[in-house]
Amino acid sequence: MNALTVHSMWTTAAEPLNKIPAPKIEYVQLAPVLIVVGAAVLGILAEAFVPRRGRYVTQVFLTLLALAASFAAVVALAAGGYGTTKAHIAAMGAIAVDGPALFLQGTIILASVVAVLTFAERRLDPADHGHKVDSFAAEAAAVPGGDHEKAAVKAGFTTTEVFPLALFAIAGMLVFPAANDLLTLFIALEVFSLPLYLLCAVARRKRLMSQEAALKYFLLGAFSSAFLLFGIALLYGYAGSVSYATIAGVVDGSVGSVDPALAQTMGNDALLLIGFALVLMGLLFKVGAVPFHMWTPDVYQGAPTPVTGFMAAATKVAAFGALLRLLYVVLPGLTWDWRPVMWGVAIVTMLGGAIVAITQTDIKRLLAYSSIAHAGFLLAGVIAATPSGISSVLFYLGAYSFVTIGAFAVVTLVRDAGGEATHLSKWAGLGRRSPLVAAVFAVFLLAFAGIPLTSGFSGKFAVFKAAAEGGAGALVVVGVIASAIAAFFYIRVIVLMFFSEPKADGPTVAVPSVLTTLTITAGVVVTLVLGLAPQYFLDLAGQASVFVR
Amino acid sequence: MSFPLLTVTAAVPAVGAILTAAVPAGRRTAAKWLALLVSLATLVLAGLVFARFEPGGDRYQLTESHAWIKDFGVRYELGVDGIGVALIGLTALLIPFVMLAGWHDADPLETSSKRWRPTQGFFALILMVEAMVILSFEATDVFLFYILFEAMLIPMYFLIGGFGDRAHSGSDENAAAQRSYAAVKFLLYNLVGGLIMLAAVIGLYTVAGNFSLTEIAEARANGTLEMATGTERWLFLGFFFAFAVKAPLWPLHTWLPNAMGEATAPVAVLITAIVDKVGTFAMLRFCLGLFPEASQWATPVIVVLALISIVYGALLAVGQRDIKRLIAYASISHFGFIVLGIFAMTSQGQSGATLYMVNHGISTAALMLVAGFLISRRGSRLIADYGGVQKVAPVLAGTFLIGGLATLSLPGLAPFVSEFLVLVGTFARYPAAGVVATTGIVLAALYVLVLYQRTMTGPVKEEVRSMPDLRPRELAVVAPLIAVLLFLGVFPKPLTDVVNPAVRHTMSDVGKTDPTPEVPVQNVEAAK
Repeated sequence: MNALTVHSMWTTAAEPLNKIPAPKIEYVQLAPVLIVVGAAVLGILAEAFVPRRGRYVTQVFLTLLALAASFAAVVALAAGGYGTTKAHIAAMGAIAVDGPALFLQGTIILASVVAVLTFAERRLDPADHGHKVDSFAAEAAAVPGGDHEKAAVKAGFTTTEVFPLALFAIAGMLVFPAANDLLTLFIALEVFSLPLYLLCAVARRKRLMSQEAALKYFLLGAFSSAFLLFGIALLYGYAGSVSYATIAGVVDGSVGSVDPALAQTMGNDALLLIGFALVLMGLLFKVGAVPFHMWTPDVYQGAPTPVTGFMAAATKVAAFGALLRLLYVVLPGLTWDWRPVMWGVAIVTMLGGAIVAITQTDIKRLLAYSSIAHAGFLLAGVIAATPSGISSVLFYLGAYSFVTIGAFAVVTLVRDAGGEATHLSKWAGLGRRSPLVAAVFAVFLLAFAGIPLTSGFSGKFAVFKAAAEGGAGALVVVGVIASAIAAFFYIRVIVLMFFSEPKADGPTVAVPSVLTTLTITAGVVVTLVLGLAPQYFLDLAGQASVFVR
Repeated sequence: MSFPLLTVTAAVPAVGAILTAAVPAGRRTAAKWLALLVSLATLVLAGLVFARFEPGGDRYQLTESHAWIKDFGVRYELGVDGIGVALIGLTALLIPFVMLAGWHDADPLETSSKRWRPTQGFFALILMVEAMVILSFEATDVFLFYILFEAMLIPMYFLIGGFGDRAHSGSDENAAAQRSYAAVKFLLYNLVGGLIMLAAVIGLYTVAGNFSLTEIAEARANGTLEMATGTERWLFLGFFFAFAVKAPLWPLHTWLPNAMGEATAPVAVLITAIVDKVGTFAMLRFCLGLFPEASQWATPVIVVLALISIVYGALLAVGQRDIKRLIAYASISHFGFIVLGIFAMTSQGQSGATLYMVNHGISTAALMLVAGFLISRRGSRLIADYGGVQKVAPVLAGTFLIGGLATLSLPGLAPFVSEFLVLVGTFARYPAAGVVATTGIVLAALYVLVLYQRTMTGPVKEEVRSMPDLRPRELAVVAPLIAVLLFLGVFPKPLTDVVNPAVRHTMSDVGKTDPTPEVPVQNVEAAK
């Protein structure tokens, strides 16, 4: 017996395997996301292997390099026509590569670059035990005020993990507006939310407040995630698929094939409406729309200010991107079902944010409520349900992020013995003491208020115009009233800075390093350029306003 | 491409403002001279505009047009008609005097920090306001106009709130609080007006698809652009509301006495003589030009509001104890005349209103600036604190009297011509309104002469005894203004030549012709 026959006696040839096709992934088109994720992983490794002394420089360099490379990838894709003619759906239907996705990814990356510069700022606080310190806790795990913390501070530890964490969050945000099925949407949401919860908790000063903020954000965020997930399940029951295109097809009746397992539920409108409402709630929570806004003031106030700026800008961009895609791709046929609800949400968001902001006495909380009011203005543009609605929202998001990050960067400069002096009474007379800083902050406030010649006005005009053309004239009127109310409290801060006498024990303005200076300069320049000559950027947003389906 | 004269006229003060603001803290005097020279250069440019403008020519001249924000249908379009030319001239003429009058108003206190540069800020802000006001008189694009209309609030706001009158009755803190209250009130009133106009501007875009004044008017005239009656009326109201706040018309006037009372005299002049004119100017150019039918629909109500402004402003002026607030209420009364003239819809009324804008600017500037000099000497704004000044400071008292007489429209001084034209124009169409408006003149005589009598005549008060007369700088401010008042009072032709053709265009916008005087003709017929 030869070997072969012996072998065949105790083995039997298996059935030929059904080949599992390898998933087809367009790596090049996903490069913006992949670069950031890769850099985040490298950052974690750097935490483990680079000596403590070299970590800060390594992390900052790696982060900025990754963001620059990612932005280059976005630009290359856009230049290659992926935003317009070659727009398509990549990664087995999970990710859309189209105009809005690329525009928003570009915006998120640029906003992140500016925000990361404030993360890296180490000149504002005086050196502690001879070590330079930034806005983050020496050792986040140490009990606040405990011996362990003191030891960590003495040893000059710094939480350089914030950089990889921020990169993970950015990666999630890049995917979020591009997600083309509900599961990817959910995963992207979690990928950017979890690092943000952590980042909120690591403030160097007022640590208990920071941890409280993080806990609140986490609990409420977990709730909203649960709503979102439940909604996704219901929509799956309705359409038999989580893909946007298929759901849209089932909604408008062009996809009729019934999955036998789901024959009972498919096409059931109750599932669609409830499921969709739940998904919408999850997203409205992230954009901070009333009545899902409760977390915003506490979290904005408690989080380290650089993180607040980053979160306020980038999260909003990502979440509005996802919201736009969901409403315009999945439910264009259901306009009449979601529009009345969104009208209501937009109106209460605009008015609620503006009215409650009047009573605020803390600058960070004030900016938080102002961000709620701005979410309302953005929703007015979303509701337009026209291409100019999309482009106006894209433009507004770009304009708003830079104003926001700039404003929070200024907040980090105004300090007293207890760290940042965020109580409004301490800002009295700032214009006398530091005219330049006060003037810059005034520019940001005027942009928030939508005064002409600033980016805030261009953006507001764009969304209101889109809303009026889309038949939402009443929303424009409410928006105008809310703007008038909002103007009141922005102006109040300006009055305080310029027309009040400075107090003897008032805060000082720290002289920042080149990093924060760059951030603030970028904010001012973008604010003025988008106010005076917005045409190029409006064109860009206009070209990018077609979703692929 | 021809020389962009209009852009340059506005750009010179704008660039001057930036340069002035950049002057180092120690070089205060240099900043003042720089600002003054820039404002004089602007005056020369405004003179050029006046010279190059041909009264009989096209409606909008020296036009410029460039693409700006395509997505919003916005173009950078400039052009002046006679009304614009007259008001640009007024603005450019008054600013140097405003600066000269406020030469020391913004000198920093000894205790201020070294980096605080209020003087540079004061003069830079004045130039900024001048640039924006001039450009708004030139804009023929509604959006461009709107942007300037709103943006000029910000420098004005800082001028009112940041540089208050050092003469006040209460403590420093109290004064600061009142001042910032006045500044905030000014800003909020005007901002709310502006935002309501924004809604109307957006509405106009959804109807017309662009913002060009000339294109929209043309499309409306030849019927390619139809506006539903209701839509037109709503849009008209949105625009008119903003202009009525700015003008200010009763009952939206309450910010003016606060702002003028708390601001320094030069800034008060800036508010009432220059910036507020943008409101009445815009009524003529935009309300009548864009919404002729709605303007006629609203005329009865607006005429009544204007009459209330005239009488109410004058009555309150009679009752004031504070000199600056008195002048503020007098201005409200005068703005009533301007609005009345515009909406009388006769050519005399509208030419009169335009002349009135110019003359009121000059006469109020003269009166207010002299009042400012007076107040700075005594440190009080209350009428009761003065008495017998004419014995101590005769030149001051004399110029104050001339300013006052101009305010009450004495024949021979410029405001008389315009007030007479407004009344004639109003009589022709609304005789009853003309009668009521005439009471404004009587009341004006009352408040001006009583003011003069109480402050300047009578026994010399102890605190006033050592009051110095006008200094050369102050005389240099007042004398030219009085000269202009006299000149335009006896020879208004250069101004009327420029204004009249523009008014004819406006009249044809609304499709109205002057009512023919019927009675005399009938008499002639009867005589035959």
